[in-house]
Amino acid sequence: MFKLERLRLRQNIELGIKNLMLHKLRSSLTMLGIVFGVASVIAMLSIGEGASKEALEQIRKLGSRNIIITSIKPVEDRQAAATTSFMSVYGLYYEDEQRIREAFPQVVATAPIKLIRKEGRLFERALELRVVGTTPEWFELVKRRIVAGRPLLPRDIDKSSPVVVLTEYGARRLLATEETIGQLLRIGRDYFEVVGIVQSEEGGSSGIQMPDQEVDAYIPINVAKQRFGDIFTLVTSGSREMERVELHQLIVETATNEDVEPTAAGISAMLQRFHKKVDYRVDIPLALLRQAEATKRTFNIVLGSIAGISLLVGGIGIMNIMLANVTERTREIGIRRAIGAKRKQIVIQFLVETVVLSTIGGFIGILLGVAIPLAVTYLAKMPTVVTLWSLLLSVGISMSVGVIFGLYPAIRASNLDPIEALRHE
Amino acid sequence: MTEAHSNGVVVLEDVRKTYLMGSEQVHALAGISLKIEPGVFCAIMGPSGSGKSTLLNLLGCLDRPTSGKYFLAGNDVSKLNDDELSELRLKYLGFVFQSFNLIPQLTVRENIALPLFYLGWDAAKSAARAVELAEMVGLGNRINHKPSELSGGQQQRVAIARALANDPKIILADEPTGNLDSATGEQVMELLKSLNESGKTIIMVTHEPDIAAYAGRRIHMRDGHVEYIENV
Repeated sequence: MFKLERLRLRQNIELGIKNLMLHKLRSSLTMLGIVFGVASVIAMLSIGEGASKEALEQIRKLGSRNIIITSIKPVEDRQAAATTSFMSVYGLYYEDEQRIREAFPQVVATAPIKLIRKEGRLFERALELRVVGTTPEWFELVKRRIVAGRPLLPRDIDKSSPVVVLTEYGARRLLATEETIGQLLRIGRDYFEVVGIVQSEEGGSSGIQMPDQEVDAYIPINVAKQRFGDIFTLVTSGSREMERVELHQLIVETATNEDVEPTAAGISAMLQRFHKKVDYRVDIPLALLRQAEATKRTFNIVLGSIAGISLLVGGIGIMNIMLANVTERTREIGIRRAIGAKRKQIVIQFLVETVVLSTIGGFIGILLGVAIPLAVTYLAKMPTVVTLWSLLLSVGISMSVGVIFGLYPAIRASNLDPIEALRHE
Repeated sequence: MTEAHSNGVVVLEDVRKTYLMGSEQVHALAGISLKIEPGVFCAIMGPSGSGKSTLLNLLGCLDRPTSGKYFLAGNDVSKLNDDELSELRLKYLGFVFQSFNLIPQLTVRENIALPLFYLGWDAAKSAARAVELAEMVGLGNRINHKPSELSGGQQQRVAIARALANDPKIILADEPTGNLDSATGEQVMELLKSLNESGKTIIMVTHEPDIAAYAGRRIHMRDGHVEYIENV
């Protein structure tokens, strides 16, 4: 009895393949729905994964233990500036850095950033520079590789040395090479000795101000203050605008990830006391990271749903063909039933056929689904990540589509009355 | 099992089959009692509408009587469910149809082996058995052909080989020569006759007296009743 009840899976699979091979064109066309469904699941997930990975990478570069405080021009100043010649005074103070260091023991490093636009001249080459006044700690916080020479050192601050560190990109623009180290770069009316070149920041589209996308020149912050002062004149569409800003940005590193959020809240509260206006913004890369991860999840759900719909359409296509198949093979079903096949065995025969069809379609879809991201990466230079789980998911889904959409035609086949089925022309 | 049907492979007791055609009841079988002993070659004859096809479907366990009892090899068919009917067909019956009813996408060998697939035989054993049966019906050199590549007579011989695969107690034949010319028809009948001589019970529906002449017992039907039975 047990022998009779066995599913005879291997023979059923062979039989299914044989039946599918009888109508090669029809089977392949039916399979296309699943092929494209699975391919789109994999391709969409990998493109989504790639895009979010890039965003997450950028945020991670900002440092998960960092807090970034940026000076922003208050709204009321912007309005005032539009009407009259006016000097707006805003932003972080030099003392803010000191206060933060003293008030929060969990802060392990801080790096102030002061930005000044000046013309720079190296030999015959003149370019608009973005002069970044900062401290040696900045180089440790951003973990930038030194390409040549050295970064800024504490002694540069102590001695107020007129030295400058360029980025790879800036050096290229200024036609500076390794041999340039030791030469003098003229910034405004002052001369600075080029002491090193650091790696440039790559990309940079995460929306956070990063002082490293232009021709940057890093100089000791105290030198920047002495030589260039805190007042900047902006000439915009005929009107002169004056600004007094001490620090443009302050990067604060805490000891652990857990310290980040309470420290950021503490800093906000402290700044509120010392600043009359809200002329700063506190960003937490860790929070952005979490937000980006949440966005990624939403993105995956949306993409997954779209791909799911195409799989659904593929499944309906399979069901349609299998129903036609059952009608076409009514007599065969009658013969099998007359010989002694049970209903269950007819169900299994047709179900196996659909699952074989959808699984083969699924595997072809995987090949296509892996090829599409590769092509996208190659042609559009977009990062893509094909994850193992998306492949497993696709195989699972395509088999389930076979079972779900094959079940109805198979049950219909098994419910045919053998006498009627044998009479069917 | 009672005394009455202990010696019959097929026993019918007042079997009725009623269909509802619109609001009218049609009695396809209006009370048939019958006993067929093992080894009998029996022909069921009658004009169309006499109920002979209905009777054959009942005998073949493809249908159940509306009332009355049918014992096949001692099993009370009227009490069985669909799965049990399938099992009964698989164990005791072999079918030969007028239109051969081979599965077109399968080869001769695979068609013959079909009942063995449902009996759960392994592939090698059932292939060997199928070849053996193909040789027996004279088609040993055609085992890898598709039915469409064979003549009608050859196809019917394949169908007979398939009906024999499960070593059934009864072979049910529904107008087995209906689609054949008289010469091939005769060959097929000779084959059935030799099977009967080797001990198989054969029940055949036909309306041709020449064909019925091969049978040792002829049941004549009219209007759902057994009109008379001829024993030769």
